[in-house]
Amino acid sequence: MEKRVTFGRWTIGILFAVPQLILIFTFFYWPAGQAVYWSLTLQQPWGGGNIWVGLDNFRSILSNADYWNSISASLVFAGISTGLAMSIALVLAALTDRQLAGSWLYRVVLIWPYGIAAPALALAFRFILAPEAGFMAVVNQVWPGVWDPGLDGSDAMASIIVAFSWKYVGYNFIFFLAAFQAIPRSLIEAAAMDGSGVIRRFWDIQFPLITPTIFFLLVINITESFQDSFGIVDIMTSGGPANATNLMVYKIYSDGFKGLDYSGAAAQSIILMLLIIALTIVQFRFIERRVHYR
Amino acid sequence: MTIIQRGFAALAAGALSTALAVPAFAEPVKFDFWFGLSGDLARVVDTLCKNFNDSQKDYEVVCTSQGNYDATLQNTIAAFRAGKQPTVVQVYDVGTATMMLSGAYKPADKLMEENGYKIDYSDYFPGIARYYATSKGEMLSFPFNSSTPLMYWNKDAFAKIGKTEAPKTWEDVAADLKALKDAGYDCPMAINISANESWQLMEQFSALHNQPVATKNNGYDGLDARLEVNKTKFVQYVTDLKKWYDAGLIKIKSKDLGQDMVQAFATGTCQLILTSVGDHGTVGRTQKEGMNWDVAELPVYAGTERKNSLVGGASLWVLSGKSDAEYKGAAAFLNFIHDPKTALFWSTNTGYIPVTKSGFEFMKSQGFYDKAPYKGREVAIESLTASEPTEITRGVRLGNFTQIRAEFGTQMQAIFANKVSVQEGLDALVKNGDAILARFQQTYPGKTLP
Repeated sequence: MEKRVTFGRWTIGILFAVPQLILIFTFFYWPAGQAVYWSLTLQQPWGGGNIWVGLDNFRSILSNADYWNSISASLVFAGISTGLAMSIALVLAALTDRQLAGSWLYRVVLIWPYGIAAPALALAFRFILAPEAGFMAVVNQVWPGVWDPGLDGSDAMASIIVAFSWKYVGYNFIFFLAAFQAIPRSLIEAAAMDGSGVIRRFWDIQFPLITPTIFFLLVINITESFQDSFGIVDIMTSGGPANATNLMVYKIYSDGFKGLDYSGAAAQSIILMLLIIALTIVQFRFIERRVHYR
Repeated sequence: MTIIQRGFAALAAGALSTALAVPAFAEPVKFDFWFGLSGDLARVVDTLCKNFNDSQKDYEVVCTSQGNYDATLQNTIAAFRAGKQPTVVQVYDVGTATMMLSGAYKPADKLMEENGYKIDYSDYFPGIARYYATSKGEMLSFPFNSSTPLMYWNKDAFAKIGKTEAPKTWEDVAADLKALKDAGYDCPMAINISANESWQLMEQFSALHNQPVATKNNGYDGLDARLEVNKTKFVQYVTDLKKWYDAGLIKIKSKDLGQDMVQAFATGTCQLILTSVGDHGTVGRTQKEGMNWDVAELPVYAGTERKNSLVGGASLWVLSGKSDAEYKGAAAFLNFIHDPKTALFWSTNTGYIPVTKSGFEFMKSQGFYDKAPYKGREVAIESLTASEPTEITRGVRLGNFTQIRAEFGTQMQAIFANKVSVQEGLDALVKNGDAILARFQQTYPGKTLP
């Protein structure tokens, strides 16, 4: 007879879950609930009182052209930086996996960027990309005025995309390399003996086998590009020029903390949360179908 | 008796003896002071606090830098909501309206009166006092670090075009910039157009020309004030700045681009800048060897009757909800800061100006302004006292002004990047700024500025 270990009463199970539930409640549901409440009221910053305004905060945000500009900037940023960070990491991992000369070195070095805090790396990139003093000064000397993130919105956007992608290449690289190395060597060797080249083997064998990793990284990268971009934007552009890099998460910060508009910021963070949830659902519904789990 | 019980008994006895011992030892009363300066300036504040603590035995001020003005206000609000606020806090000029409506302060003039200090409020320079006073003239906070903008000009460069005096009008500036350009200077004048420069480009310009930034006397008379910079002389000013920028007479310099305008001036790259008197020391310390430079009042358009410039910087607020003993300490501290000798110490070690006439006189009598590196800083006092403050040169008292300044930066960048015309940009500034003001007004229903 099969022997099963069960708890006599369901209360014991609940008791075991309680510490975890309390943690989640205190650090997630309670603040999130508070944010929802704030977004439906107008809060005086010093706590002098608040008034119930219903959905007014959402209405005024959604009717504001600057906010839509911020949403589209965030989507552009998320799309391009995720694409860049993932494709570069994929190529680097594929090459490292082929045991090219010096791959042991790349394996170590490429992980480092992820370990650098966003503000520190933003500061480094600010120097590198400064049009007058940095590396880009050389470019500006050849073609005067071609690189000007101080006034040109696309240049500023390019700067923060480069900085963010640089960080996440390292992160993605670790996962891709692990995924490649989990593929049985016999499969690749068999294909090689059948006469297929490097590219062919990549597309027909390796790529399909790492789709679960690609999917995982896609979800993580998009989510992080909405949230982790704050430090980079704050140091490199402060949302400028002319709001070109005023990403949603940065706008929440500047409206809430600099502008002391706690209610407006709370409403914006609810919208951001819904947007990320929606994007994640879309990814699970439509992209996950093409993922082959082994 | 178990060990635990014994432990408790011992603790209780210990606590009791400490409580009884307090009057005998007369431990100084500690209170917190949060400020927003960092780096060199934070060290000067620390010395100031140490001087206060050494000067008497009854109180001990614990001074903590919060990094910058924004963070100081944010942290203070968070602390206040949690009931752990400091006794004294430094709040920047544009936070004044927010503080006045917060209901979280103890009026500074009342505090001093209750604790028996006589402060002669007419001793403050009117331009400084009015900025922080209520519409009825009561001082709710004490001016602390104060500055005003000046024009820094490179005497060597101007000598090359045959000028020995700083230009006084914008018409002269235009001619001089052109001449400097023709004489081979690549960057005759540097400006920056971020939120911070709203101060010298918009607010100070408007004050000097007696032009309003907003209705209701720049917001002093009500929360329903709205911006009107899109129909004052400011429009012409931005148009000219843009024209000079397009002609290559003005370059934009900011830290993000590699070099901020103070560095650009100190290294001799750019020949003219408008910045705070607070940078006087920095320029002196970091200037190119042998460079001759001086400061002058900001130019005005020809035919303008010059008015006083506005004070910038921060004031000290005493927060509510503290004990009487702490308030006594805070009053002693504010009195210490008010002393002319402290003014001399403060201005010598920073670039800030004295806030009282007696402080200024004391510094003059000590020969402070007679020789380098401090010579020239008296121009700031001249600029601040150029006239009695008018109804609209008292200051700018608008809610969430930080966000309006940010909007200023945004629209200026759009204008300079040719995305919008000058008028369109300023119209957008007014429209978005008004939305911020309306929201502020809505947040404080039924409240009025004191």
